[in-house]
Amino acid sequence: MMMNFSVDDIRAQFPILKTKIGKYPLVYFDNGATSQKPQVVIDCIDQYYSAENANIHRGVHYLSQLSTTNYENARKTIQGYLNAEKSEEIIFTKGTTDGINLIAQSFGRMLNAGDEILITEMEHHSNIVPWQMVAQERGLVVKYIPINEAGELRLELLDELLTDRTKIVSVSHVSNALGTINPVEKIIKAAHVKGAKVVIDAAQSLQHFKVDVQALACDFMVFSGHKLFGPTGVGILYGKADLLNAMPPYQGGGDMIKTVSMKETTYNDLPHKFEAGTPNIVGGIGLGKAIEWLSGLDLEAIQAHENDLLAYATKELEAIPNLKIYGTAAQKSSTISFLINGTHPYDIGTLLNQQGIAVRTGHHCTQPIMDFFEIPGTIRVSFSFYNTRGEIDLFINALKKALAMLS
Amino acid sequence: MTIEEKEKELIDSFAIYEDWMEKYEYIIELGKDLPLIAEDYKKKENIIKGCQSTVWLHAEKKDDKVVFTADADAIIAKGIIALLIDVLSNETPEAIMNAKLEFISAIGLQEHLSPTRSNGLVAMVKQMKMYAIALNMKQ
Repeated sequence: MMMNFSVDDIRAQFPILKTKIGKYPLVYFDNGATSQKPQVVIDCIDQYYSAENANIHRGVHYLSQLSTTNYENARKTIQGYLNAEKSEEIIFTKGTTDGINLIAQSFGRMLNAGDEILITEMEHHSNIVPWQMVAQERGLVVKYIPINEAGELRLELLDELLTDRTKIVSVSHVSNALGTINPVEKIIKAAHVKGAKVVIDAAQSLQHFKVDVQALACDFMVFSGHKLFGPTGVGILYGKADLLNAMPPYQGGGDMIKTVSMKETTYNDLPHKFEAGTPNIVGGIGLGKAIEWLSGLDLEAIQAHENDLLAYATKELEAIPNLKIYGTAAQKSSTISFLINGTHPYDIGTLLNQQGIAVRTGHHCTQPIMDFFEIPGTIRVSFSFYNTRGEIDLFINALKKALAMLS
Repeated sequence: MTIEEKEKELIDSFAIYEDWMEKYEYIIELGKDLPLIAEDYKKKENIIKGCQSTVWLHAEKKDDKVVFTADADAIIAKGIIALLIDVLSNETPEAIMNAKLEFISAIGLQEHLSPTRSNGLVAMVKQMKMYAIALNMKQ
């Protein structure tokens, strides 16, 4: 393991970071939406289509076996990174949204009218809508843990919100809009006392710190490959084997069956039971490569660097008059949402874009948060460990120039 | 002045600016001269869908010409709708319906707006043409 961290060495591995937007160097601060890809992942995708492409779990021929081995090895790499007990607990999905829909539609089918689902006011729409859909179908009740002004969960209400009818608690590890790191250990313990199962939405956490699913004792965890330096269109659902075994299949098709007759079908074992059809093979292999690459980095040093970026950018932003940061939790990942009194996020985003700065503007698919703060949206900067203080300086200068133009 | 002549004038005024920051400064200035919509017309039905910011647009017929008024909560959106009003307001419904609006690509406005914002621009043009069609049918 490389026991140190050089941001220059890291940046050199990301070809896209050399991009120029007009005469300006690209400053990519939209990592919450998706991360950029290191050369090893790009090469892996190239190699797959150049030399390894074949369908998996089917052919006896050389390429099919090679492709199958690589795909299944990726599963094992991911199992190892998350410290899951068994490789069949790792289900390949299309992404976080797909993973939550799978749990909602499969686990949800085992619930009865009046059963309760507990989520939070800070969830991404992808961790709200699938639950609302299954609740409507089966007469379930969706409850929300509210947030406070700092953008933290009001956990003092947890005991009241968790009841004997609570069957599932689904909560984001890190808020995409506010950056809040939620104390999920506490929520998992409290939920388990009531016999409820817990889903952790790790879409915004694994790119910032490591998570051990056994130590955390969560029942399910979902995340997307593309936010974790891997390809788009692939993600992971981790679930405890006994739960996944008890759950009905979500989609029917090839690969998920043992036998099919015109009368009935018997289902395949895990993980294939939940992987109907030809999967995103290159996506899975590419994600395995991304995680293998990430494992080779000094994750503590990376976290220290990201915390430095967060502290530095927060200090620089706070010095701008009339600027308000939304999400001031004590525990935060390197994401800052803000508004400047008298300006519209769209104007700021447009003028930053003209200066090569990529930020996100809007409601960030978290309209309940925006309703709570009574705002239409924010400007969000989200850092990865390949970002630098120098880029933050460029961003602050560009922001000041935009403000001067708009005043 | 015909629509084409007004477009030509805008293309010429944009041509003097070297970089896009200057062009945006000009767009922001144009927004300040936007013929503002009456507060009564700032209702849900007059909001243009597809924009990242809220844009209200109203049209009415004066003599045989269509007169547009608008407002937006974002300054750049205000400037862009002002550009379109500058070209299309005080024209007959037929002229508005047939306008090709080649100035948009000629000044490079489209390529400098991200797809979501470009959708907003497309939505603005579409809404203006819809008003022209509706007012034409009222005749």
